[in-house]
Amino acid sequence: MAFLKSREAILAGAILLLLALIAWRFPGFVAPDNLARVFNDTSPLILLALGQMAVILTRCIDLSVAANLALTGMVCAMVNAAAPGLPVPVIIAMALALGALMGAVNGLLVWTLAIPPIVVTLGTMTIYRGIIFVISDGQWVNSHEMSDAFKALPRAELLGLPVLSWIALVVVALFALLIVRTPLGRAFYAVGGNPGAAVYAGLNVGRTQFWAFTLSGTLAGLTGYLWVSRYAVAYVDIASGFELEVVAACVIGGISIAGGAGTVTGVVLGALFLGIIKNALPVVNVSPFYQLAISGGAIIIAVAFNARASRSRGRVILKSAEHAS
Amino acid sequence: MSIKRRTFTTLTAAAALFAGNAALAQDDVRIALVVKALGIGFFEAAAEGAEQAAEELGNVEIIYTGPTDTTAEGQIEVINSLIAQQVDAIAISANDPDAVAPALQRAMQRGITVISWDSGVAPEGREMHLNPSSNPLIGRTIIQLAADHLPEGGQVALLSATTTSTNQNIWIEEMNKVMGDYPDIEVVGTVYGDDLADKSYREAQGLMQTYPDLDAIIAPTSVGIVAAAQAVVDAGKVGEVNVTGLGLPSEMAGAIESGASRSFAIWNPIDLGYAATMLAYNLATDAAEAGPGAEVGMGRLGNATLDDNNEAAMAEPFTYDASNIDQFKDIF
Repeated sequence: MAFLKSREAILAGAILLLLALIAWRFPGFVAPDNLARVFNDTSPLILLALGQMAVILTRCIDLSVAANLALTGMVCAMVNAAAPGLPVPVIIAMALALGALMGAVNGLLVWTLAIPPIVVTLGTMTIYRGIIFVISDGQWVNSHEMSDAFKALPRAELLGLPVLSWIALVVVALFALLIVRTPLGRAFYAVGGNPGAAVYAGLNVGRTQFWAFTLSGTLAGLTGYLWVSRYAVAYVDIASGFELEVVAACVIGGISIAGGAGTVTGVVLGALFLGIIKNALPVVNVSPFYQLAISGGAIIIAVAFNARASRSRGRVILKSAEHAS
Repeated sequence: MSIKRRTFTTLTAAAALFAGNAALAQDDVRIALVVKALGIGFFEAAAEGAEQAAEELGNVEIIYTGPTDTTAEGQIEVINSLIAQQVDAIAISANDPDAVAPALQRAMQRGITVISWDSGVAPEGREMHLNPSSNPLIGRTIIQLAADHLPEGGQVALLSATTTSTNQNIWIEEMNKVMGDYPDIEVVGTVYGDDLADKSYREAQGLMQTYPDLDAIIAPTSVGIVAAAQAVVDAGKVGEVNVTGLGLPSEMAGAIESGASRSFAIWNPIDLGYAATMLAYNLATDAAEAGPGAEVGMGRLGNATLDDNNEAAMAEPFTYDASNIDQFKDIF
């Protein structure tokens, strides 16, 4: 019964309602293979939203994820174009390392210099995008310059699902384990929920935030490779503005912007909610002029709903004193 | 004594520097090529053409600049800084026809020659506009590209850039005007990929789902056509759905190779940057004056004839396919 009242259940209900609405306009959308396609398309968003979740839990925000993704993607594409023989696992390892490095830079600045995270990541966002210009000279890396193996991985099918979807599923499982079962995962909640208390409990707030940023960066790096190989093109502007969608997925999923509250299930559902809207709008024949407004409206409704649900009622304490006066 | 001498030396040096600057300002015509955003292959090629024109003219300095993303706000900042640098001419491809007009008017009030090229500015914000080709010709070209491979007729859909992209909207309008000549071809819908690879990809997938009998996707935008070709390959519909429109040979080589695209068209962006520079030079040096009916020289490309809106066309788009893609893919 408690589950039915939880935010995740309400969001899951909203998603089912949304699917029903779409199916009414375009029945083919809810066919299993199409839903699998929508999930696949939402996988990059899920990956980034998980990393963002860790960061937001610790009362920070990472606006540089999309730029990190784009830079890692560009580096992967350029390395592949220059050395087509390099095995894909090496490229993935490189993407993870590069993403982690960029996340660690954010984390270090927040930790050691105590600069507000929004300022740090706004800065690094621009720096990372700038570096893409510098290394690529503004040139695109096109599909015919990438090796076949490089492009094949995310779309290779395994038990009926593309590898991209499997990666998202595996990362969700590992991430849930990390959040629920490890000291670091619990530290994210403790640090965001009450930093003062966390310090007294022996947690290093700055270091926990550093690890959250590094985690977010690593996932952005991984997504960078997947993104570039999926769309088979790398250029400066890829995933431009995507960071806002990532934050929106977290907020819709019930991650408190004030830190310390939220679940992995919620984030995955939040990302799926946005992914379904993005994939449904092209097929339900809504005028493109209204599409942006509809996406934005859905976000505000979801967030307003969350804000209402999470508002804790004031409690009257000292009832006897109240009556006495 | 020594102090005096040092002062004197500094003064002479300063005077020499000043004289040098003045000489430079007199000799060199500084033409700013303002593009929609830096880092787009098409505009990089246009900049190359501008440099060719500068080399030919001899006394021209090209300032290739633009915002880092395709926004009107970014371009306004760039324009303001160019006004501060007192350049002689601005040749701009605008992100928004109206939003940049006031800033460009300010530039013209300060004696800077302003022309627009590729994507136009409202008439009050420029002296003339150079279209890469004439809009009616492009409109006909994009539907002809699809029709070439549909002798029996069929369904086609459009994948455009943003809903407010000036040039894409005009081309689609012109295409619709000539649809009477293609009675067997039905345009089933227009979608917008916002020039983002992921959104264009998703919109192309949506088109193939909504219209299962779709025969061709026409994308008059370089990001859209590449993304649509990839979506067709991933959907396993190569041979069923032909992706065509406007794209760059280097970016489309893979799509031609995979067969997702049979042919596409583009004008020569090198020529476009070259022509814009020549026009800006001729107007800035008062060799010609912009006005309805006026003829302004474009160097090796002949003369541009201005119409009632002070607009001129450069040349016709050129079709690329498997027969010539290898020759052009390394050029731009």
